[in-house]
Amino acid sequence: MTDAVMNAGRVAFQADGSTGARKGVQVNRLDGGLIKGSKALSFTFDGKSYKGFEGDTLASALLANGVRLMGRSFKYHRPRGVLTSGSEEPNALVELRSGGRQEPNTRATVAELYDGLEANSQNRWPSLQHDFMAINDRFSNFLTAGFYYKTFMWPAAFWEKLYEPIIRKAAGLGSISFEADPDAYDKGFLHCDLLVIGAGPTGLMAALTAGRAGAQVIIADEDFLLGGRLNAETFGIGDLAGSAWVEQAQAELAAMPNVRVMPRTTIIGAFDHGIYGAVERTADHVLAPEAGKPRQILWRIYSKRAMLAAGATERPIAFENNDRPGVMLAGAVRAYANRWAVTPDQTVAVFTNNDDGHRTAADLITKGVKVTAVIDTRADAPKVEGAELFAGAQVIDTKGRLGLEWARVRLANGTTRDVPCGALAVSGGWNPNVHLTCHQRGRPAWREDIAAFVPAGELPQNMSVAGAANGDFSTAAALRAGAEGAVAALSELGIEAKAADLPEAEDAPINVTPFWYVKEGKGRAWLDQQNDVTVKDVKLAHQENFRSVEHLKRYTTLGMATDQGKTSNMGGLAIMAELAGKQIPEVGTTMFRPPYTPVSFGVMAGRSVGEEFRPTRKTPSHKWAEEQGAVFVEVGQWLRAQWFPQAGETHWRQSVDREVLQTRNSVGVCDVTTLGKIDVQGKDAAEFLNKMYANAFAKLPVGKVRYGLMLREDGIAYDDGTAARFAEDHFVVTTTTANAVLVYRNMEFARQCLFPDMDVQLISTTEAWAQFAVAGPNARKLLQKVVDPEFDISNEAFPFMACGEVTVAGGCRARLFRISFSGELAYEIAVPTRYGDAMIRKLMEAGEEFGAVPYGTEALGVMRIEKGHAAGNELNGTTSALNLGMGKMVSKKKDCIGNTLSERPGMNREDALKLVGFKPVNAADPVQAGAHLMNADGEVSAATDQGYITSAAYSPVLGCSIGIGFLKRGDSRKGEVIRAVNPLEGKEIQVEVVSAHFVDPEGERLRG
Amino acid sequence: MIINHPILGPRDSQEFTYLGDASLIDRPDWQADNAADQFHDYLYLRDNPAGEHRELWFHEQGDRSWLVVTRNTVTHEILNVELARDVARARGRSK
Amino acid sequence: MRYSGLKVIKEALTGHKGWRPTWRDPEPKKSYDVVIIGGGGHGLATAYYLAKNHNITNVAVIEKGWIGGGNVGRNTTIIRSNYLLDGNEPFYELSLKLWEGLEQDFNYNAMVSQRGILNLVHTDAQRDAARRRGNAMILNGSDAELLDTDGVRAMYPFLNFNDARFPIKGGLLHRRGGTVRHDAVAWGYARGADLRGVDIIQNCEVTGFRIENGKCLGVETSKGFIGANKVASCVAGSSSRVMERAGMRLPIESHVLQAFVSEGLKPVLDGVITFGAGHFYCSQSDKGGLVFGGDLDMYNSYAQRGNLPVVEDVMEGGMALIPALGRVRMLRSWGGIMDMSMDGSPFIDKTHIDGLYFNGGWCYGGFKATPASGWCYAHLLATDTPHKVATAYRLDRFRKGLMIDEKGQGAQPNLH
Repeated sequence: MTDAVMNAGRVAFQADGSTGARKGVQVNRLDGGLIKGSKALSFTFDGKSYKGFEGDTLASALLANGVRLMGRSFKYHRPRGVLTSGSEEPNALVELRSGGRQEPNTRATVAELYDGLEANSQNRWPSLQHDFMAINDRFSNFLTAGFYYKTFMWPAAFWEKLYEPIIRKAAGLGSISFEADPDAYDKGFLHCDLLVIGAGPTGLMAALTAGRAGAQVIIADEDFLLGGRLNAETFGIGDLAGSAWVEQAQAELAAMPNVRVMPRTTIIGAFDHGIYGAVERTADHVLAPEAGKPRQILWRIYSKRAMLAAGATERPIAFENNDRPGVMLAGAVRAYANRWAVTPDQTVAVFTNNDDGHRTAADLITKGVKVTAVIDTRADAPKVEGAELFAGAQVIDTKGRLGLEWARVRLANGTTRDVPCGALAVSGGWNPNVHLTCHQRGRPAWREDIAAFVPAGELPQNMSVAGAANGDFSTAAALRAGAEGAVAALSELGIEAKAADLPEAEDAPINVTPFWYVKEGKGRAWLDQQNDVTVKDVKLAHQENFRSVEHLKRYTTLGMATDQGKTSNMGGLAIMAELAGKQIPEVGTTMFRPPYTPVSFGVMAGRSVGEEFRPTRKTPSHKWAEEQGAVFVEVGQWLRAQWFPQAGETHWRQSVDREVLQTRNSVGVCDVTTLGKIDVQGKDAAEFLNKMYANAFAKLPVGKVRYGLMLREDGIAYDDGTAARFAEDHFVVTTTTANAVLVYRNMEFARQCLFPDMDVQLISTTEAWAQFAVAGPNARKLLQKVVDPEFDISNEAFPFMACGEVTVAGGCRARLFRISFSGELAYEIAVPTRYGDAMIRKLMEAGEEFGAVPYGTEALGVMRIEKGHAAGNELNGTTSALNLGMGKMVSKKKDCIGNTLSERPGMNREDALKLVGFKPVNAADPVQAGAHLMNADGEVSAATDQGYITSAAYSPVLGCSIGIGFLKRGDSRKGEVIRAVNPLEGKEIQVEVVSAHFVDPEGERLRG
Repeated sequence: MIINHPILGPRDSQEFTYLGDASLIDRPDWQADNAADQFHDYLYLRDNPAGEHRELWFHEQGDRSWLVVTRNTVTHEILNVELARDVARARGRSK
Repeated sequence: MRYSGLKVIKEALTGHKGWRPTWRDPEPKKSYDVVIIGGGGHGLATAYYLAKNHNITNVAVIEKGWIGGGNVGRNTTIIRSNYLLDGNEPFYELSLKLWEGLEQDFNYNAMVSQRGILNLVHTDAQRDAARRRGNAMILNGSDAELLDTDGVRAMYPFLNFNDARFPIKGGLLHRRGGTVRHDAVAWGYARGADLRGVDIIQNCEVTGFRIENGKCLGVETSKGFIGANKVASCVAGSSSRVMERAGMRLPIESHVLQAFVSEGLKPVLDGVITFGAGHFYCSQSDKGGLVFGGDLDMYNSYAQRGNLPVVEDVMEGGMALIPALGRVRMLRSWGGIMDMSMDGSPFIDKTHIDGLYFNGGWCYGGFKATPASGWCYAHLLATDTPHKVATAYRLDRFRKGLMIDEKGQGAQPNLH
């Protein structure tokens, strides 16, 4: 059992009165309820202090204190109170907490009260009582559905300059603090046989049944209290009060090691193959999370079977001015009374089209609240004890600016009656919570007897639905469906479960006559209270041919508010059906999509925030480089030393120039571990590489390295590197840092899918070897001090492009490659990664007498540009071997990936781009990568574009800035002076087209 | 999604990298007379059905197997999972 | 009926009785000059410009469901002209110019709002690429500015400048980029086309083509055969499915892209931001919701829904970029089917079948292209020659080796 379950221990009404509220403690507080009445909690709303109890929500506590006005609507800024008692709440949204923890749009109905809670109303100015923007309500005739599509167009410039800025400022609901969220979030994975979604009577019965059978069960509920409607009703189960039965069930489940009970956990979405997303709010009910504990956890639940037992949501009836604070759903009023011991006002009226509304009246009367009338649309409404009944009557208007004062009723006989009431409990019937059944595009079906949509069609794989979510609304039916559903689900898994003897429970029939809106009245009757969508808006949408449900939604914004239309969609659909002369199922429903209720960025990001957003890979010499004061740079996920500043150097160029010059003049060392390394072994290794590389490899002698160019199948060059042959059947391949993963993947594809019978094995060894480039005229002398003396690495014994296995530092295994990226006499030496740190220290110590310098990625880049070597900027995914000046390398005598399609005419045009070098005509001008090339004369335009500069650097050897890049027919234009234009930064310079090999074009140094 | 790996059992699809149509196994003969056309069709004209699709997935964060997964692109239901090497051999690929 | 300030006031004062259907719902005629398959943004724009620019009004737009229900109804509303390559940028620049005059043109407020797009750069190589792109944009008549870190900070001080895994080194700002109220684009074009005589036929599915002797004579539909001199397919994510009925295979894969909107918030972001070190981009709608997205789910799909790993990946990117979003909630997600082409660029072309035309392969960039796509497709349908800014969008470009590969990813549709 988790801590969360322990913490969620319910507090039932105790006979000795130690818990449960006392009437009158707060102005609207009643007796009883499932709250801890022994300890008062302090909280503030809009700066004013109030008291509530443990077990309260912010909404119940505010109602207890006589606060009905909790928010303002989106468009008209109408005063609003709480409509519901759950996550479907459209109106009572607040900014909870402050500073980095400020949380906009929090539903007061699900915010658990804690001592010190701080909440503020939102979308109002200057105050909730006096909101300047309520002026919009006066202009509601102009602000109908879609009004903005027809106006704000004149004059043309005014939309962006005037209208839109005003609208943007006014729009939105809550605000953020712009401070970083200080809390931590976690992610986790869970597996189960049966996931039960919802812990009302259905879910609890299912979990008990499955748990007793030994199955791995997870039962999750968004509420902090298990029990669902059992907490809100007065029904008993068997001999127990509903809440007592829940307590007993919870205790039994908690004792089962195979059952995980997860209160405060919302299943947010049904994803493929039985995977569910769940958000557990582990610390939203306290002032701040305990140190080291997360605020919320995102669980990915892998279920073999899932049962949706998410209950139902009551729907309102639309009538004129049905949005005043105090107009509430009847089931919610009942929940506040029974669970929270709160009445929204001392006088309440009920407006209903079904028997359920009568329960509210009865429960309130029992609790001593005055019920001024029960208004039932049905002429044959059942009798009411203790309140006046108006059968066949309708509420046609209400009054009360910041809170309901009375409701005007049209009686069956045609006369009107004004019924005084501070709250009006409205019931239009119940909608099963089918949402999760639609997440994989299942479409619900209409059930006439309950006048509601129920799950149908293709449900998510291995999901079943039971109880009220399936349209079985009575408690007895729920218990039965839960038990039977669990048995059926488990039997599919080969687990035998027994449906227990079910206790006696309420089994009232559904008695509802569809009634969606009151037709009388010229004013507005709200459907979507948050977005201010009224019956008139739906009528206008119909008139303008926005009749498909999706058009209706998009045109009017019905159901697009933070509550996702949980209480409003159905009414809109029904009215559209009536207007269109169709049946409701013909109109259809909009698609329900994840998440079921909104989910924070924080929890979806989990620990992947800030510096931990992505893993950081450090090179073997990282610690040493840190000691040297290196500046680091992100290279993919790697951190590499960018340069090593020395005392007195105030600009990075000083460091980089020094590193370049000292390397070219003596010797430098660079960590090149990040290059991808792939070990290729097997009898067919050479033939395999022959397929992988554009150039030939089959005849590479053992002990030799060859530069290789890899093409994609479409003939574009995508990576280059070296392959060193250590044995007839053993090659070591290097790739660029960026493509290490991709090259390996492609080679495995070729090995398994294209040449499955080749005798060749691959393994990525990027992390297994620490590799260092040692470059410069003194490179050999340095290495001779490190490589053990029995290995002859003289120029004769170990010439350019040689490779071999050696030992260093008295027997440490190493691989030595005589390859050069810098153009100098150079080697790369690799040792097992665990010796990388020792190796860099050894190399630098041995190099001291030569003035060896470490060099970073900047100097590396400068030297490769000086040599005209292609790198990422040149291998940009659109350039071929021909563009790179390596067209002749692509062997026509063999098959390799990419050679056939590289011959397509568009890739071999006479004016193809060619890689060349550029020197500024005026040596002081900086060459810039990203500049475009234009002929010396003529217009500067896209039509006259000749190419672009890919890489540029200041060359300390040449004493000027240089660049390489692609120029149309570049190889035949050497000596030509052209323009490098950079209109983006207002620059244009003259450059001379030169060979890309700026330094030592004959390559004498590297062979020295 | 969950992919039932023939060797390792059910694995979250997040461990895999997707490539696409399994006909990418059928790489044409570079010496055929119409090799250019064949390679064009091979690389660019892939199956894209609304329904059952045979497709290549690479178990990159796992055992490095390439798999051929038969999956319905409308429902995402997975109907079959094979080692791509076996499929390749069955389709006549060798060296 | 023209929308005007006067009309709005009059209707407000007289109970809105005078508003008429935004488009009619006619029964299909036996034949048309042009039948456009697909009542999405591109199809409706094509019909509108056929009528308006070429005076071809005997046109039907045939839509399987409700108009605007494809990607024009499920995108992240961004418009921009910030492409790199010759084959693309002139086209998208035309599109942006059309957006700029669209509302006056079709007399419908689609809320075109040029509040700027900022593409962040996090490495020197990205800055080099941004410079090349920015210059290409300017050379093609678009606008671009290169910002350094301080420039970005001045615009959006609440981005992560403190402990970012990939520090922000600057950005490429495209001030004319922005957002549009996406649904209104479909409705505005529908209304404009309808007023000019185009028949918009909803709930009518094309089930096949009637092709005889290499000539397309019309389409078979759930409402019977409809003849046409020219049939123009314009069905985005369903391209492969529809064109298969004409026996064609396309260089297109269908993929799912998820997008998201947060609960409504008081102003956070004025313009559009794209994160350069993760999959996340974001803007804020006029209603206050943060509209954001990221990468494809990566596998072929027609399901119009995605899975959790991508949701997490996108929102991780959001938190990495804007740490103040921690308590903000994602309200709704949705998925669209993207017709991902083999080089990331679209097609507007005749097919090898006489009288049958194809428009598709928009990847996840179709929305911003809507006006130019309609404009150029209408031009092609009316004149049988490609419009000058769309000459590269040919179906045979892969055979010729003339790919238009902005991202340099090659024939791997899900990477474009």
